[in-house]
Amino acid sequence: MNLEGFLAQLAALATALVLAPLLTGWVNQWRAWLQNRSAPPLTQPLRVLHKLFRKETVMAHEASPLYRAAPYIVFACMLLAAAIIPTLATTLPLARAADAIALVGLFALARLFISLAAMDVGTPFGGLGARREMLVGFLAEPAFLMVLFTASLISDSTSLATIVSSLGQRELAILPSLAFAGVAFTMVSLAENARVPVDNPATHLELTMIHEALLLEYSGRHLALMEWAASLKLFAYSCAGLALFFPWGVAQANDRMALAFALPVLVAKLAVGGIGLALVETILAKMRIFRVPEFLATAFLLGVLALLVQLLLGA
Amino acid sequence: MMYTLAIQLVNLFAAGMLLLAFAMLAQRRILTLIHLYALQGLALTASTVTVAWATGQAHLYESAAITFALKVVVLPWILHRLIRRLNVKWDVETLINIPSMMLVGIVLVVFAFNLALPISEFSRSIARGTLGIALACVLMSFLMMITRSKAVPQVIGFLSMENGLFFAATSATYGMPMVVELGIALDVLVGMVILGVFLFQIRERFDSLDIRHLEKLKDD
Repeated sequence: MNLEGFLAQLAALATALVLAPLLTGWVNQWRAWLQNRSAPPLTQPLRVLHKLFRKETVMAHEASPLYRAAPYIVFACMLLAAAIIPTLATTLPLARAADAIALVGLFALARLFISLAAMDVGTPFGGLGARREMLVGFLAEPAFLMVLFTASLISDSTSLATIVSSLGQRELAILPSLAFAGVAFTMVSLAENARVPVDNPATHLELTMIHEALLLEYSGRHLALMEWAASLKLFAYSCAGLALFFPWGVAQANDRMALAFALPVLVAKLAVGGIGLALVETILAKMRIFRVPEFLATAFLLGVLALLVQLLLGA
Repeated sequence: MMYTLAIQLVNLFAAGMLLLAFAMLAQRRILTLIHLYALQGLALTASTVTVAWATGQAHLYESAAITFALKVVVLPWILHRLIRRLNVKWDVETLINIPSMMLVGIVLVVFAFNLALPISEFSRSIARGTLGIALACVLMSFLMMITRSKAVPQVIGFLSMENGLFFAATSATYGMPMVVELGIALDVLVGMVILGVFLFQIRERFDSLDIRHLEKLKDD
C-alpha cells in the first residue's frame, strides 16, 4: 500500500463521515422547502448526532449483548461500504478487500443485525419492523445484484474501482442497458433507504413505519450510531449510483490534479441528486406495503432486462 | 460515426419496444394499454426511420409513414372510440397475477434471445442484433393474449404482435416488399374493424366482454 493510496482512502472515509449527515440534512431541507414548510438548518443531523452522543443510553433489562453490539456492527458495515465505493478516487487500497457482490453482502449483514437487534428486546414494533425490513430487503437484493452485474458485464470486472474507471474512460455512447439499470437502481435505493414510495423516514406512525420501527428501542449513543449509519447508507447508495451512471470527475489512478477537483464535483453531484430525491419524495405518495413486492419486482425485471439487452446487443 | 450512432439509436428504440411490451403485460387499465400501444407504434416508426436514414433505403420511409398513420393515429383512435362506446374503462383482470406474469415474460425473453442469436448471424442488416427483441415482443404479445380474460386487451395483444412482426422484418431484412406491407396494413385495419363488430356482438349476446362465456358452445 503506497502513501498516496492511503491518503486517498483516508480522504474518502473522512468525506463520507462528514458529508453523509450533511446529505441527509440537505434532502430534509429541500423536502421542507418543496412542501412549503420552514426548513431545518443544513447541519441539523450533525447537531442531533452531537446531542445524542452526550445523552445517557437507556437499555431494556432483557437486552442481550447482541442488542448492545448491533449499532457498532451496523455502523462498521456502512463505513466499510462507503470506503470501498470509489467516491473521490479509484485508487483505494480497501477496494481490493471487497467487490460489488461483497458490497451487497455488507448491506445484507447490516440488515441482518439491525433486524435481530430489533427483535431482541421483544417489543411488538421491533418484530413488525424487522419482518418488513426483511421483506423489502430480500426483494431489493436480487434487483441490486442485477444492476451491479450489468455494470460488471460492461466493464468485465466485479471490482467497483475497475468498473468505475472503465465506465469513466469509455467514449460516450447510448447504452439502453445502463438506462434500464439506472432506473432499477433508483427504485432499489428508494426501497433500501426507506424513502417515500416504500417507507416514510419522517413518520412514527405504527401502521406504516419500517426503518423507524427498528430503531424505536435505541437511545443515546446507540441511536446516534444507528442514525449515522442510516445516513452513511444513503450516502453510499448515492455515491454508488453516481459512480456507476455518472462516473465523470472521479479521479483516476496517479492523477493528483483530479483528486483536488474530485471533492467539489462530488459535492455538486450529490447536491443535484439530493434535490432529485426530495422532489421524488414530494410528488410520490407512499404505497401500501403489499404493493412493495410489485414495485421491487419491477426493479428486478428492469435489472434483468438490462443484463439481457447487454448480452444480446453487446453494445 | 453516423453508422455507429444509427446502430445505437436502433438498439435504444428496440430496448424501448421491449420495455413497452413488458409495461403492456403489466398494465391493468385498458385506457393506459391503448396509450402504451400507441407509444410502441411510435418507437417502431422511429426505429424504421433511423434504419432508412442510415442505409438510404427510400421505401423504408414510406413504410414508416404507414406505420405512423396506422399504429399511432388510426388504430388507437378506433380503440378509443370502441372502449368509449362499449364503456369498458375499468381495470382488466388477468388470469395469473402480475409479478408471476413478469417472470414468465423474462423466461420468454431469454428463450427468444437464444433463438434469435444463430439466425441473426446470417443477416447483414445494421439492426440484426434486435431480431431477438422483435421475437420477444411477438412472444409477449402471445402471452398477453393468453392471459387476459377480456376481449379488448386480447385485441390489443393481437395488434401489438403485428408490431413485433413488423419490427422483425425491418431488423432482419430491411422490411418487406411494399405490396406485402400494404397488404398487412390493410389486413390489420380490416381485422380491427371486424373485431370491433365482433366485440359488440359478444357483448350483446352475453352482456359482458369476458371471453370465458365463449367456451360454452350451446345454450342450456
